[in-house]
Amino acid sequence: MAFQLLLNFFIALVWMFMSTSFTASTFIIGFLIGMLLIIMTRRFFPGRLYIWRLWATFKLALLFFKELILSNISVVKVVLRPKMTIQPMIFALPTDLEHDWEITLLSSLITLTPGTIVLNVSDDQRTLYIHAIDVDDVDDAIDSIKNSFEKAIKEVSRP
Amino acid sequence: MIVLANILIVLTIVVGVFFTIVTVIGVIRLPDVYTRAHAASKSATLGVLSILLGVFFHFWLKEGHFSIQLLLAIAFLFITSPIGGHLMSRAAYISGVKPTKLTVGDDLAEVIKQAKLKNPPTHQKEDDSLNE
Repeated sequence: MAFQLLLNFFIALVWMFMSTSFTASTFIIGFLIGMLLIIMTRRFFPGRLYIWRLWATFKLALLFFKELILSNISVVKVVLRPKMTIQPMIFALPTDLEHDWEITLLSSLITLTPGTIVLNVSDDQRTLYIHAIDVDDVDDAIDSIKNSFEKAIKEVSRP
Repeated sequence: MIVLANILIVLTIVVGVFFTIVTVIGVIRLPDVYTRAHAASKSATLGVLSILLGVFFHFWLKEGHFSIQLLLAIAFLFITSPIGGHLMSRAAYISGVKPTKLTVGDDLAEVIKQAKLKNPPTHQKEDDSLNE
């Protein structure tokens, strides 16, 4: 992916030299032309087109913001309820992400999701130990959210 | 236009102050370290974030100054605050702080016990050698 992006920048630079005008708009035109060329020659690149990966990253960022706002609303509900009727629980979540940065990203996302905090990552990096604030209405829902997060992260890291 | 800008600024700052107050109430009301970490790591993030966003909008829309530092501060906050919450609750758990009575289940206790059996805490050994 980094190679494709670098190539795209290089094509834009060549375009700037060819038209001998060194302005931002020339650069953008060159960049778009480079993008077109890379899309046309995509069968020579080993990985996916970098555009899809950027798009997946963008979707992940949107998911992040949405979950942050939802989690805050749930915390407000728990904190301002007149009676404390929470049922905290610490549970284990198996994960099949491999790289360090993926696991870091997943635990950051989980920490900012409604009602969960990552307490520990096991030594073999196969299990996350998660503290949930209210198990009764969360346990199943959380698993599905986790699946969607893990899927989004895999979408980004797929070669 | 000015009215819209004012509404945007006031709204973001009010939301930020509200979530910060909720954080404070949560830290006082919730029963143990871990549940407090929930309130502190989530609401505080969004609270400070929206206050910074409000300040950013104020300087951008009313003073015409586009402040990159504020956006950078928001990004840094986003990266660091969940890690901070995670590390503090992890340190609390490993040093043996008990969760509240309400807690239903605990999968981590067994793992920590095993790990402590395998390599016991180092400061214990130093104390022993001092006593001898």
